[in-house]
Amino acid sequence: MTRALRSDTAPACAPGAVLRADPWGEDLHLALYLLYELHYAGFDGVDDEREWDPDLLRLRQAMEARFLHALRTELADGPRSVEDAFAPLLVEPVDLSDSLSHHLETEGELWQLREYAALRSLYHLKEADPHAWVIPRLTGRAKAAMVAIEYDEFGAGRADRVHARLFAALMADLRLDPAYGRYLDRAPAPLLATVNLMSLFGLHRALRGALVGHFACVEVTSSPGSRRMARAMRRCGAGPAAERFYTEHVEADAVHEQVVRHEVIGGLLADEPHLEADVAFGCAATVLLEDRLATHIRSAWTRGDSALRTPLRLP
Amino acid sequence: MDPRGPVLVEGPVEVVLDDGTVVRSDRFVVAVCTCRRSRTYPWCDTSHRPRGRAVPPTEDGNPR
Repeated sequence: MTRALRSDTAPACAPGAVLRADPWGEDLHLALYLLYELHYAGFDGVDDEREWDPDLLRLRQAMEARFLHALRTELADGPRSVEDAFAPLLVEPVDLSDSLSHHLETEGELWQLREYAALRSLYHLKEADPHAWVIPRLTGRAKAAMVAIEYDEFGAGRADRVHARLFAALMADLRLDPAYGRYLDRAPAPLLATVNLMSLFGLHRALRGALVGHFACVEVTSSPGSRRMARAMRRCGAGPAAERFYTEHVEADAVHEQVVRHEVIGGLLADEPHLEADVAFGCAATVLLEDRLATHIRSAWTRGDSALRTPLRLP
Repeated sequence: MDPRGPVLVEGPVEVVLDDGTVVRSDRFVVAVCTCRRSRTYPWCDTSHRPRGRAVPPTEDGNPR
């Protein structure tokens, strides 16, 4: 893939290779991630026009179909209504023993916070970008509310408050390199899949319902998790910017949650009621992939291993 | 509106606390806590949510 991108040639791919690829595996998700990245910041040394290269798009489409099919198969018995998808998320769990943020809050170590931030940087350094693609696909109430939330994500007119920039400051506090894409080659498949999901939903108008369900899921679940992460950062002495990123999200996402559920989902389904199952699917797919990622991270840490493909150097 | 949840007010909002302190939020919409359980009072932090068994796997600090 990188050879094809660098040399301006069509990707070489054995016939049927995509169909045989593990739909959760590193091969498929790294290739998909690289192709999606052409729609965001692109790569040095790769012609910007490759974003719309038909050979690359054809390959991307085959991989997306494989990924989407795996998600739909896994969620065949998943929720079909907004109520069923979101009700379990609107409860503050009594038992937090499976919660990664709870683990970090109570016993996390600085090296684990650094790994977590390096992993999440693949999304947070382009925070809210994949969701902006849904805007032209919405109308009226849903559009106005979605834009209002995105405006907040993008700093409400203030460059120093853009959430991606707040995350870069968090990374600097943790002595990580905040350069865009710096940790891509260390990211394991379960992390790549969470970011690919957003790009997949964002780039396809046909999946606008799923994008909205995904976005709502993250906003609904973010506040309590961010509260725990803020405490983890404080307890480990990560630094003021590291703490601020999460305290900002406690308050912001408590607002966003209300607006996204009532106005974005409410508005979308008032306009297009047939999309309800897609909204539920987007939410459930997010839960599924976040669950897989949390399992990956926790099992690596329990073994005393790095959750990254290769461990970070000490600061 | 969620009867247990916050009051949503168009921002910016200033709230005078019991001790006379004025706090301000200039978000486009501000969620003002009504359950008094918020740890970021007077702003909502979702502490009004009922407690239950389910562990949402995505509550792991991946905010937007």
